[in-house]
Amino acid sequence: MTTAQRSERPRMLVIEKITAEAKDTSSFWFTGDLKAKPGQFVMLWIPGTGLKPFGVSYQDDGRFAVTVRKIGTFTEKLFGMKAGDRLGVQGPYGRGFSGKGGRIVLVGGGYGAAPLSFLADELVREGKEVFFINGAATKDHVLYRERFKGGKVHMIYSTDDGSLGHRGFCTDCLTGLLSKHKIGRVFCCGPEMMLRKAFEICLEKDIPAEFSLERHLKCGFGVCGSCCLDGTGWRVCREGPVFALDDMKKIAEFGQYKRDASGRVVKI
Amino acid sequence: MSPDLSVNICKIKMKNPLVLASGILGVTKASLKHVAGNGAGAVTIKSVSRERREGHNPPIILTEGEVMMNAVGYSNPGLAGAKKEFSGLDEIPVPVIASIIGEDAAQFGYMARNFLTGEFSAVEIPLSCPHTPGFGILGGHGTPEATRDITKAVKRHAKMPVIVKLSANVQAIGEVAKAAEKAGADAINVTNAIGPGMVIDVRAKRPVLGFGFGGLSGPPIRPVAVRCVYDVYESVRIPVIGTGGVTTGEAAAEMLMAGASAVGVGSGVYYRGIDVFKKISDELLGFMREEGYSGIKDMVGIVHD
Repeated sequence: MTTAQRSERPRMLVIEKITAEAKDTSSFWFTGDLKAKPGQFVMLWIPGTGLKPFGVSYQDDGRFAVTVRKIGTFTEKLFGMKAGDRLGVQGPYGRGFSGKGGRIVLVGGGYGAAPLSFLADELVREGKEVFFINGAATKDHVLYRERFKGGKVHMIYSTDDGSLGHRGFCTDCLTGLLSKHKIGRVFCCGPEMMLRKAFEICLEKDIPAEFSLERHLKCGFGVCGSCCLDGTGWRVCREGPVFALDDMKKIAEFGQYKRDASGRVVKI
Repeated sequence: MSPDLSVNICKIKMKNPLVLASGILGVTKASLKHVAGNGAGAVTIKSVSRERREGHNPPIILTEGEVMMNAVGYSNPGLAGAKKEFSGLDEIPVPVIASIIGEDAAQFGYMARNFLTGEFSAVEIPLSCPHTPGFGILGGHGTPEATRDITKAVKRHAKMPVIVKLSANVQAIGEVAKAAEKAGADAINVTNAIGPGMVIDVRAKRPVLGFGFGGLSGPPIRPVAVRCVYDVYESVRIPVIGTGGVTTGEAAAEMLMAGASAVGVGSGVYYRGIDVFKKISDELLGFMREEGYSGIKDMVGIVHD
C-alpha cells in the first residue's frame, strides 16, 4: 500500500569538476541523471561533517551541478575538496518553479541566481523570452557572467556598489522592466528582504510570481518539521521551497523571522 | 448508519483514533494545525526539554526502503521558547498532547510544573528514545523503577492525563506498563522507535546518521508494535495507544484489535504524504463498513479471549 519505495539517503558521487563562478563561489559538477526540476534542491553530505541543502544550478546531458558560496564550516570543508573526491548527494527534493508564462523575468540576488540560471536554461530551450536580473554585492560576486554571454537570455546586472550594471537593488530593475514590457510571470530567489520587496512589487502590479524560500532544513523530505512555516504550517522542503504569490500572502513569517536548528525563532 | 470513528481515551475526545506521534513535524503550532487539517484526531508536539537543544548533526533521518531510521536528538527551543510556541492552541481544531523530557524524575517534574498549561489535553512522557544520551533508553528510563519514579514526579504536577510512552526494546514490557499504571499513568503509548540500528555507507565507510545509530520505525516494525500492544493490553487496565508503522486503515484496525484504543501515526507522513490521516480514516471507515463494526470500541482488544 505504501507508495514510496526509494531510499532517502545520500549516494556517494565523484566530483567530476569544480568551476569557479565568482568570489568564494564555485560550481560542483557530478555525472548522473538527477531528473531535477528548476527550483528543486539536493542535500549534500560530507561524511563526518554534515548534510546541507543546495539548489540545483545546472542540469544537462546526464550531468548536474550545484553552485556554492563559502560561508561557513560546511562550505569551507566543501571548498577543500577537489575533482575526483566523493560527496554524498540526496534528492532532488521540493517543489520547483512552474516555468509558466510567456515573457519571463528572473530576479536573483547573490547565490539566489543559482536555481534561476537552471530555470533560464530550460525556458530558453522552450523558446521563451527571458530577462534575468542578476544582483550581487559587487561585480566580483556576480554569478554566471560567462554562462549567458552571447546567449538568448537578456542579462541585467545590478550591484550594491554599482561596479557592474545598475547601482542599488535588483528590485529597482524589476520595477523598470515591468513598466516597459508586458511580463507573463516573475520568478525570484535570493535574500528574504529582496524577496519581500519583489513580492510587494508583483502584488501591486498584479503580476503572477513565484518565490523560492530558504529555511533551516534538516531531513529534506518532510518528516522532521524544522522548516515549517508560520501561517500555514507548510514544509519548505515539501510544499516549497517555491511558492506562488497568492500562497506567499498566507506565510505569516515571510520577511519577518525564521527558526534555527533548535526551532527557536530568530529575526530576519 | 455510517460507522463511528470517534474515541474518548482518558478524557481526550477525538473525532478519529489517529494521533500524530511526537517527533514527526510538531516543531511549531502552525505545523500541528497543518496536520490537524489533514485529518489527525489528535496531535502531539515535539518533545520539550528545559534547555534549548540543537539535536544531533544531520543526517538525522534516513529511509532504507520501508524502514525509517532517525537520530534527531531531541532538538527543541527549550522551555521558554516552547512556551511561546505552544500558546493559543485553540487555533488547532483537535486535542494537542504535550511531550516533555528530562534526564531524571526531578527534571521531568520540573517540566510538568513549568511547561504544562491548561491548553494541552494531555501530556506524554517518552521514557523510550533509543538514541539520545541521557534520555530514554540511554538515560536508563526504561526500567520499571525509573518508570515509576518519573511517572510519579509528572503526576504530582500535571493537572491532565499522563501518557507514558514505552519502548519495545524491553522484553518484559508488561512489567514496565504495570509500574507506570501503579504510579498513576492514565494511558500507555507503545512503541517508540526500536533498535537502535545502524546503516553504513560502504563507499563513505561511515554510518549515514550523524549520530551513528538511530531508532527504527516504518511499516516493518509494525508486528513488533502490535505484539507490544497485545502484551500491554494483557497487563494493565488503562488505555493503550498503539504506535509503530501504521500507514493503512487495515494496519490501524490490527492495532485496535491487539488492544489499542487509539493509534499513533508517524512515518506514514512520509510513506503516504501528510494527508495520511485522511487516507487511513477513510480506509478504516471502509473496513468497518465491510466487516460490520459500528464503532471503534467494537474492535479494541478483540483478539484477546
